[in-house]
Amino acid sequence: MTNPNGRFGMHGGQYIPETLMNAVIELEEAYNRYKDDPDFCRELETLFNEYANRPSRLYYAENLTAALGGARIYLKREDLNHTGAHKINNVLGQALLAKKMGKTRLIAETGAGQHGVATATAAALMGMECVVFMGEEDTKRQALNVYRMKLLGAEVVPVKSGTATLKDAVSEAMREWTKRIDDTHYCLGSVMGPHPFPTIVRDFQAVISKETKRQILEKEGRLPDAVLACVGGGSNAIGSFYHFIEDKGVRLIGCEAAGRGIDTFETAATISTGKLGIFHGMKSYFCQDDMGQIAPVYSISAGLDYPGVGPEHAYLHDIGRAEYVAVTDDEAVQAFEYLSRTEGIIPAIESAHAVAYAMKLAPTMDKDKIIVITISGRGDKDCAAIARYKGEDIYD
Amino acid sequence: MTKIQQAFAKGKAFIPFITCGDPDLDTTAAVVRAAAANGADLIELGIPFSDPTAEGPVIQGANLRALQGGVNTNKIFDLVRELRKDVTVPLVFMTYANVVFSYGAEKFIGTCADIGIDGLILPDIPFEEKEEFLSVCHQYDVALISLIAPTSENRIGMIAKEAEGFIYLVSSLGVTGVRSEIKTDLSAIVKVIRQYTDIPVAIGFGISNPQQAHDMAAVSDGVIVGSAIVKLIEQYGQEAPAPVGDFVRAMKEAL
Repeated sequence: MTNPNGRFGMHGGQYIPETLMNAVIELEEAYNRYKDDPDFCRELETLFNEYANRPSRLYYAENLTAALGGARIYLKREDLNHTGAHKINNVLGQALLAKKMGKTRLIAETGAGQHGVATATAAALMGMECVVFMGEEDTKRQALNVYRMKLLGAEVVPVKSGTATLKDAVSEAMREWTKRIDDTHYCLGSVMGPHPFPTIVRDFQAVISKETKRQILEKEGRLPDAVLACVGGGSNAIGSFYHFIEDKGVRLIGCEAAGRGIDTFETAATISTGKLGIFHGMKSYFCQDDMGQIAPVYSISAGLDYPGVGPEHAYLHDIGRAEYVAVTDDEAVQAFEYLSRTEGIIPAIESAHAVAYAMKLAPTMDKDKIIVITISGRGDKDCAAIARYKGEDIYD
Repeated sequence: MTKIQQAFAKGKAFIPFITCGDPDLDTTAAVVRAAAANGADLIELGIPFSDPTAEGPVIQGANLRALQGGVNTNKIFDLVRELRKDVTVPLVFMTYANVVFSYGAEKFIGTCADIGIDGLILPDIPFEEKEEFLSVCHQYDVALISLIAPTSENRIGMIAKEAEGFIYLVSSLGVTGVRSEIKTDLSAIVKVIRQYTDIPVAIGFGISNPQQAHDMAAVSDGVIVGSAIVKLIEQYGQEAPAPVGDFVRAMKEAL
């Protein structure tokens, strides 16, 4: 899906300072050298299976299916991975690659903290130094994850600039990388940023759809009718979609965070409300004003609270291969509670956006249709924040 | 000789950077005039961006103050029109790709030519991505300034061969901001650049005092100073024109 310049249609590219150009070229060369190397692939597969608890389950959600009264619903349980989210897939791949490149230090941005925790985990496992940049606002929303990262030996740097959320954490991690390149790999957490990151991260996350395809064929003997995943930068979504892109009968549905609604300024639904721009190393869609200033976006979910979207999603949207829908905070919170009660599975508030759309979609489909929802992460980290949203006075 | 090259024709050039609209556009106009009157050979005007990823805390702060004050691209074009009534030194814009892209490259760069902007610096447009902007710059005769960094190594020749106006040589790794010392072997980089082009080379990032300016000018054709000036503007606010003028004179004399 990528051409040599890292383009997905008109999106993607390498819009970064000259200081970083040789670093991304070196990364691309290393990735091309190792991605098909049998030893590298074997080592990564062992880490996936033995350390991260892959393959993740494809679980038939019988209660949810019955309650919604339509399509058969399967949950791809990325929440059962080690560290509790899909983020570990990408991080193990990049950390192993960084190690092969002779890097001794990982830096990362994090929103909800899941990517930061995964990076801190891989750094601990592989004996690397780790610094995680996290918006100060998010360090408050996700205090438990800050503690987890510190426990794993990482340094957590609260970012105070801008809106003090994910976009500012990305900016600060990019700044840090320009300061120290020799021994440092920037372990970017989503399918965004300059080429080759959108391709590398997609390839490591594509294990999700590779497994889903095999598992659904085993269980149902056919492909699903729709695959749903939440989209911030879009890594779990592209991972969930990738091996189905050529299967035109499978609807691919990305669920963006509408925050308080796409008709308000308090939204992070990039494809619904953004326009074409250049930011954080890529050309893609961004929430921005008339003069190209990046908008201070909002979502209840720290992991989806980002003003852009990965370039491959922008391309899949352009060509009409994937659909992108907007889900509000209220809908996501309702889905968070609904899945907890019907299936005994507490999803991450990010993943709850995909569940929320499935709650609308499934009842409109026949009972012989099949939906797969990727549960990208577990929701323990969100319990305190959701309780506060519901007006309960608890603090984590 | 282009207008930008004239700036380097009278000896080593001193190039101050000023964020437009910090703290307000009237102050920016007065600061630009003070810099020009005190020996600035070329002035870099920053159009603020919400998320300036190549900047350190000082210029980030200036961007934020300017945007909070309500400045935007159109108001900055008006500022330049006003300045061009009496300011004759070459002026270049420094901003981020999205500011130009969202305005429309054609409309933005066409307006630059119209109001007397001589060049454009886009720190997030490397060699590989420049064509989209370069073709329009050629059409309107606005120089797209290339940056070379301490990490450019094997890329120096490729960039230098196609460089226009002047080359912005980044002194150090990292973002903009005052540094106590600059360790990169810049004379070695300049030597490599000289194998490919005769256009002037100006060094920026981290230069804040006359001694550093003198040392950097010794190995190049000029120096660019941003954060040290922006700090003065932050400190003195609307009273900044006089201290900035004094600073520019001291720096120019040291070259």
